Amino acid sequence: MATRLEAPATPRQTQRADQREVRCDGVTRRFGAVTALESVTLHAAPDEVVAVVGPSGSGKSTLLELVCGLQEPDAGSVSAGRAVLMPQRDGLLPWLSALDNAALPLRIAGADRRSARERAAAMLEELGLAGFERARTWELSGGMRQRVAVARTLLAGAPVLCLDEPFGALDAITRAELQSWLAAVLVREPRTVLLVTHDVEEAALLGHRIVVLSPRPGRVVAEVAVEAPAGPRKPTDPAVVAARAAALEALSAAMEGAR
Amino acid sequence: MAPLIITLLLLGAWEAYARLGDIDAFILPAPTQIAEALWRDRGLLADNLLVTGQEVVLGLLIALAAGLAIAVALHMWAPVRRAFYPLLVSTQAMPIVTIAPLLAAWFGFGILPKLIIVALVCFFPIVVTTLDGLATIDPDQIKLLRTLGAGRLQRLRWLEAPAALPAALSGAKIAVAVGGIAAVFAEYAGSEEGLGHLLLQSIPQLETARAWAAVLVLTALALACFFLLSLAERRLAPWAHRRKDSVA
Repeated sequence: MATRLEAPATPRQTQRADQREVRCDGVTRRFGAVTALESVTLHAAPDEVVAVVGPSGSGKSTLLELVCGLQEPDAGSVSAGRAVLMPQRDGLLPWLSALDNAALPLRIAGADRRSARERAAAMLEELGLAGFERARTWELSGGMRQRVAVARTLLAGAPVLCLDEPFGALDAITRAELQSWLAAVLVREPRTVLLVTHDVEEAALLGHRIVVLSPRPGRVVAEVAVEAPAGPRKPTDPAVVAARAAALEALSAAMEGAR
Repeated sequence: MAPLIITLLLLGAWEAYARLGDIDAFILPAPTQIAEALWRDRGLLADNLLVTGQEVVLGLLIALAAGLAIAVALHMWAPVRRAFYPLLVSTQAMPIVTIAPLLAAWFGFGILPKLIIVALVCFFPIVVTTLDGLATIDPDQIKLLRTLGAGRLQRLRWLEAPAALPAALSGAKIAVAVGGIAAVFAEYAGSEEGLGHLLLQSIPQLETARAWAAVLVLTALALACFFLLSLAERRLAPWAHRRKDSVA
């Protein structure tokens, strides 16, 4: 573990392709009498950003926890490389500074404080957070907190990121800002990403592909490819508009069918 | 301002009642007589305060260490919690007045039986508040640490221990209020010095004003400890005073 931390730039690329993808095949997950997910099949290729949209209660968070290995499916199989979760709220620890929050995955992996801080500082700088290293979490705005949380998630060094409504709690302007920021970050630090959101526009702005889930029990009702180049997109890009419309239509059809 | 006026009014009424009501000073000394005793016996009070203060502070530190260890053990192992929690509650139901003489018989008149009694009384609120603090940790943060590969001990170090710290200090603040009373009981059961010992001697000697002065000193000791703990809480856990954060 420690040797892997010494070489920050290379490890992800050298990982075998199958460790960088996510394969859920016919996954069903029940909680007592409630079926949260039913025969969900979802694949994500290496460095692909798959946006998962669905109404509340469609088992989106459950899906992420299955991929992260926090839960086991009742039927079907999940295979994924090491995946790290970014929970709905940022999950920053208030007793640590912004820098130490970002460095947490390195400390947990066994790095000493100094080298962990050095690497975290470099990451914060890369993500445009230089100058905020020593800030306490409560001194940060909501948008800054999410950025630190993303830095922490990236520093985990995992090939797969599971982002659960990462910008759900932010105001519209900050959210738009962070969406294009994240798109730029993922060009520089490509990862296989499962992005759960209830916001179809966010899915179209960030995803290479949009997977639409039905209301409970969650089933895959549509997959929409977003035909746009990598990097930040505008809500007015034709590819975004088209994907958004297609996903929205699939979503309303699924809601209609559930009624 | 209002509390000061009320206090002065009450003291004035007390003074008037004690002076004008033809009450013997050994039944109810007037506030001025207590103040006088406080000054006259300052050396005596200070010597005994040192003894009792040591008992309370050391006893509280033992209670903190034991309380934290017990709370963590109960939190981490559910079977241990089920087996031992009722036993812990029953330690608090045992009347200290009956245990104190036994401890004095076993361990003599030294500081050890006092420390045991103070710690016995103080550890319980610390265990309860710490356990509550540990139980209210955001499950999302536990999940996050698990996906970061943190094992049980690492979760304890990075998440649970710091999250429970303010709760443990709150427990200690509750404990310190009763710690002084516990020390007095322990001294009643057998001792040669301390504020409790002084109290026990002053009353049959009809030195009621001195006894009240000892009570005042004891109160001041509890207040000072409480204040220090509040200060420690602000220094060690500044986040606990920020409502914005998700962790209690």
